[in-house]
Amino acid sequence: MSNAPSTSPAVDSKTTENQPLLQIRDLQVGFKTQRGFIPAVKGVDLTLNAGQTLAIVGESGSGKSTTAQAIIDLLPGAGKVTGGEILFEGRDLTKLSAKAMQDVRGRLIGYVPQDPMSNLNPVWNIGFQVEEAIRANGVAQGKDARKRTIEVLQEAGLSDAGDRLKQYPHQFSGGMRQRVLIGIGLSARPKLLIADEPTSALDVTVQRTILDHLATLTRDFGTSVLFITHDLGLAVERAEQLVVMYKGRVVEAGPSAEILANPLHPYTQKLVAAAPSLASRRIQSARRPDTTKTLDISSVGAADNELIARADARENTPQKNLITLESVSKIYKIRQGGFKTKELKAVDDVSFAIPRGTTRALVGESGSGKSTVAKLVLQLEDITSGRIDFEGNSVADIRGRDLLAFRRRVQPVFQDPYGSLDPVYSVGDTIAEPLVAHRVGDRKSRQARVRELLDQVALPLSTVNRYPNELSGGQRQRIAVARALALKPDVIVLDEAVSALDVLVQGQILTLLTDLQAELGLTYLFITHDLAVVRLVADTVSVMQKGKIVESATTDEVFDNPQNIYTQKLLEAIPGAHFSFGR
Amino acid sequence: MQNSSSGPGHFVAQLDDTPLAAVDSVDESEKARSSFADAWDAMRGRPMFWISLVMIALILVVAAFPNLFTQTKPNLGCLLPDSNGGPEAGHPFGFTRQGCDIYSRVIFGAQASVTVGILATVLVTVFGGIIGALAGFYGGFLDAVVSRIGDIFFAIPTVLGAIVLMSVLPTRTPVTVALVLALFAWPQIARIMRGSVVAAKNADYVTASIALGVSRFRILVRHVVPNAIAPVIVVATTSLGTFIVAEATLSFLGIGLPPDVMSWGNDIGQARASIATAPMVLFYPAAALSLTVLSFLVLGDVVRDALDPKARARR
Repeated sequence: MSNAPSTSPAVDSKTTENQPLLQIRDLQVGFKTQRGFIPAVKGVDLTLNAGQTLAIVGESGSGKSTTAQAIIDLLPGAGKVTGGEILFEGRDLTKLSAKAMQDVRGRLIGYVPQDPMSNLNPVWNIGFQVEEAIRANGVAQGKDARKRTIEVLQEAGLSDAGDRLKQYPHQFSGGMRQRVLIGIGLSARPKLLIADEPTSALDVTVQRTILDHLATLTRDFGTSVLFITHDLGLAVERAEQLVVMYKGRVVEAGPSAEILANPLHPYTQKLVAAAPSLASRRIQSARRPDTTKTLDISSVGAADNELIARADARENTPQKNLITLESVSKIYKIRQGGFKTKELKAVDDVSFAIPRGTTRALVGESGSGKSTVAKLVLQLEDITSGRIDFEGNSVADIRGRDLLAFRRRVQPVFQDPYGSLDPVYSVGDTIAEPLVAHRVGDRKSRQARVRELLDQVALPLSTVNRYPNELSGGQRQRIAVARALALKPDVIVLDEAVSALDVLVQGQILTLLTDLQAELGLTYLFITHDLAVVRLVADTVSVMQKGKIVESATTDEVFDNPQNIYTQKLLEAIPGAHFSFGR
Repeated sequence: MQNSSSGPGHFVAQLDDTPLAAVDSVDESEKARSSFADAWDAMRGRPMFWISLVMIALILVVAAFPNLFTQTKPNLGCLLPDSNGGPEAGHPFGFTRQGCDIYSRVIFGAQASVTVGILATVLVTVFGGIIGALAGFYGGFLDAVVSRIGDIFFAIPTVLGAIVLMSVLPTRTPVTVALVLALFAWPQIARIMRGSVVAAKNADYVTASIALGVSRFRILVRHVVPNAIAPVIVVATTSLGTFIVAEATLSFLGIGLPPDVMSWGNDIGQARASIATAPMVLFYPAAALSLTVLSFLVLGDVVRDALDPKARARR
């Protein structure tokens, strides 16, 4: 146990007993699959004291969620704890019977799941579902249970809980549902709350209020919290202790502020370096514009100066606007049953221009209309009013041959790397598809182009014959980028193109995009909800709220001196915004 | 292990314990494989797949070359003294009521049954599939019309509709039987195809293809149909068996194939008269029918498990 994260003296003095609330020793968890037994957690140690908050961070597949699920015996069917012990108040949870575990779950250890959209049963009303949890944990029975339900929901931040008991999950927003789930998790006043990515599916401003509320509640109740998260900023802001997991092992553990200010393990260092934050700078391509060779590592100092000079140069040379949107609006008619329709203004009087060779970021929360703008620019939907110009010519309502020519020059990369590639198409066929559709070259020259593109997105040539199901999210996204590049377009519309990726992979894709921009003179419309990423790639930013652009300026201006209250709120809500990571 | 420069409680694992892998590298050691290759692998490992496949191959050979299996002509040399006779040398299954050799009748009967089954399945899959795909993909008015027409046919039980239609047809051959069965059975495939096309056409990769400038029809043929075809293949393999049964049913009722065409359905119908005295006359064609249908159903089952792992029973 010499290598386990020991408790700091300051925390010890707070706890009445010397025994930690939760102590995991050498935990091993594996999954039975068709290819045999695959270990997912390989000897994890961690300690959580009463009243403390601990965050486990790691990329997908690091075993962080599996560890959390093992604690409350909620491993998916094929999973099994194969070794080690989980001591909760001195009791080994791995040795408890299913019945005894049922008593621990909910009453002693609460759980807040990741996805608020799928974790409430759509056929039962909210009141029933909360009451069910309260009864099951023996908190209250009969009439008291109903009273307690209202209390729980009020505590969770639903002020009008009494009126909303009879409502169903679909009548609640994502943030509201997450409040309900937090309410259920805390209803029995558990000693430990496990929150598995509790706010990953929510907008930053909602995330902030929810986490603030959760912090207040757990402090008042004296609940320990175990956060599972991929977000370093969130970890340092919300947790005192941090455990960094990588490939089923703990690589670094200790006080979170200290680890992230001074990461010692190479993996943590990489993770911290890749984490976008407000203090980041725009990625400058390290490739020379005239060659495709990467600069020599030994001349990094010189390269730095050169990069800065180049960055200044690109900011100072005004480029012609390639795409211009003028008072563009899009109105959807929503059927309201019968013959009644309601108009929904998804995009409202939006204007901006993108100079050639630059990146314009479009930032907003869900429902702000940013993705609709992407569809309008891509001509996947017709605009209701306004004007979209490409190289000075209006492209709204173009058809047939003109539309085909336009498509050739403006290409998309979509958000979901798992959905945007046809599963029955091999990688080679996928990348070659735009070439075939636009009748470019013959079979042989297409194959050569595919190889060239794979090289450009840094994938091995052997990927040509693979199918999307064999590749990771980041690799798929690189293939989507290669497909978009196939026709040598001028503009690429990136709709949340890196949002679904782990931070290291995300950093890799962003660097790739920046390199390609420098090399090929590409113009990007970068649509995202993540302001921190914007800082890494964008030259100019437009912030959208409810279909309108509320602020539009250069990236530095928006980040250093935001004018609009909403922009300020967005920036403020980024977790760990003001923490200076050690890089 | 504990790094001296760090504060209290700051644990750092040794790099040897968890060597850093390259970020997001492609595992080049694994063989490249498509989802259909995966399905093939899943089927290859199941004994039932090989058993049903061997059975089906045997049945197909019997249907195509009945003379390889028997020298006895099924309709010639029937001698009434042999009526309902038991097995004897050269006549392993015995004789029918008319004194014909049962073994050769069973062998020669395969052709009609298999022809009807395969032809009807192909017709239904091709036409039902095309109609369903077009309706699902283009939607709107076409979809509404096609779906309602399909509903009308759906409301008529296949065999009942076939009975009515067969009884007014001037000629009755395996081809006409297959056509009539297909006429009443296409809506099932069309519906399945339509449903799965509607699901596939809303996928992100379809939107991506539209934005890449791929034409609508090409998207339908190259992206939507290949992704929507699996459930149709599954239903088609199982429906092959039911078409063979339907043909037998019609022939049994005397309105399928005419009596001079060798068919299991006809033989079962004729054997009915002497079921109490000579049950084996009924048994052989019925067993041949059951085995054939069973083989196709089992194959359909294996194909479904392989193409749709979600439908696989929890094991």
